[in-house]
Amino acid sequence: MTKDQVKQAVIDIISDIAPDEDLSNLKPDVRLRDQLQLDSMDFLDIVMELRKRHGIEVPEADYMQLATLDSSAEYLTPKFNALAKK
Amino acid sequence: MKLPRIVITGVGLTAPNGNSLSEFRENLLKGVAGIERIDVRYMGQLLAGVCHYDPLKYQKKKEVRVGTRAGSISIYCAREALADSAVNFDAFPKDRIGIYIGCTEHGNVETENEIYNISKFNYDTKFWSHYHNPRTVANNPAGETSLNLGITGPAYTIGAACAAGNMGLIHAAQMLRLGEVDFALCGGVSESIHTFGIFAGFKSQNALANHEDPKKASRPFDKGRNGIVISEGGCLYTLERLEDAQARGAKIYAEIAGYCVNSDASDYVLPNPERQAQCVRRAIVNAGMTPRDIHIVNTHATATPLGDVQECQAIGSVFVDCPETYINNTKSFIGHAMGAAGALELAGNLPSFDDLTVHPTINVDDLDPQCALPGLVLNQPVKAKRVDAILNNSFGMLGINSTLIVKRFVA
Repeated sequence: MTKDQVKQAVIDIISDIAPDEDLSNLKPDVRLRDQLQLDSMDFLDIVMELRKRHGIEVPEADYMQLATLDSSAEYLTPKFNALAKK
Repeated sequence: MKLPRIVITGVGLTAPNGNSLSEFRENLLKGVAGIERIDVRYMGQLLAGVCHYDPLKYQKKKEVRVGTRAGSISIYCAREALADSAVNFDAFPKDRIGIYIGCTEHGNVETENEIYNISKFNYDTKFWSHYHNPRTVANNPAGETSLNLGITGPAYTIGAACAAGNMGLIHAAQMLRLGEVDFALCGGVSESIHTFGIFAGFKSQNALANHEDPKKASRPFDKGRNGIVISEGGCLYTLERLEDAQARGAKIYAEIAGYCVNSDASDYVLPNPERQAQCVRRAIVNAGMTPRDIHIVNTHATATPLGDVQECQAIGSVFVDCPETYINNTKSFIGHAMGAAGALELAGNLPSFDDLTVHPTINVDDLDPQCALPGLVLNQPVKAKRVDAILNNSFGMLGINSTLIVKRFVA
């Protein structure tokens, strides 16, 4: 998967867990929490949905890697691609 | 000691046959029931009373997703009741408002959903939702309501099986009289149709209704009754001390006249007519009335073969020679709304103070002689000479009985 595809996968998850939010103009380098009404439980939702939908585990120590769309793509793309090779 | 008088100043509800008091009442007078078939997990198509209010009227999509159905119903009812009361909510001190919501049960729906969810992942509990605990704590419906409205006073639920709807009002009246709060949102809610366990439990007990026509399935007092139709719903009232209500020029629906809560202490599920009669009598004494002063008795009867007869025995032993007392039943229209039942059924009768009309119990094609009480209103509404007091019964498992009496407000 490309980084853009990974970003879209994250946006797809956010659209379900924050259905009232407008996601059309998300800035990829700005913290998601600064652009959207997301709390700590919502971030746990993102982690849970990555696990459920894609089989990807994000350890608690790495949660900060999901702060922005760019950092999410940087962190998750190798994981997606590693799974694809299995 | 003279206790403060407590009055009802607002009503918000959602029932299987109406999403406001006016719509609900209209359907009770027209004989319109609200039972349908739903798909119940593991069990297939079953009869149930389903509410069709719009959750997004007062909640964001995310609140609906994160919260529970009981929480959503509570929020809808609370907001409707506040609007109906015309209280200046924005200016009201939020720490002086209490939320007291009766529930039969809470947490079954959410727990079943999570078990079903992890069954898709080989029962690996790392897929168990982090929302499970806030969804299943017993105070959830009241807590979600406090969050939605920013109410910082006491907000909790009252677990009292199917007597809980009355208990919400009774407890609120007590808290207002104690001066613990200045304004109360109170009543009962139920989300029980979303848990297969409640259906399966009643089915195992041979107490689940079935009928080819859903709208005829709930038939208290009829010979052909064969059990309970489970429903969801909610009804919350605004209660205030009379002097506060009068000071703001509030519309007053009725005054809390008296109540009683007692326990059978005799069986897990079987009712006890002696204790029920005692509960009714004590409520009447508590109201400073005699049985003849009661003009409408809303029965708890759920259409089980035994339960209806036993409640009729209890009522029959109290209301002897009471020619102006009418007896009806609301579950025949909406099924058994569990924790919401008492609160909803009282609401359905409240307009009788104004229109002097008593809604009937419907679906009685062949009256069970053991239920043939004098004054039973069958299938068609009746006009009463007067309606000055309404007595509302709600009884529940483990033998909890609640009787609430409201009276016409006279300054």
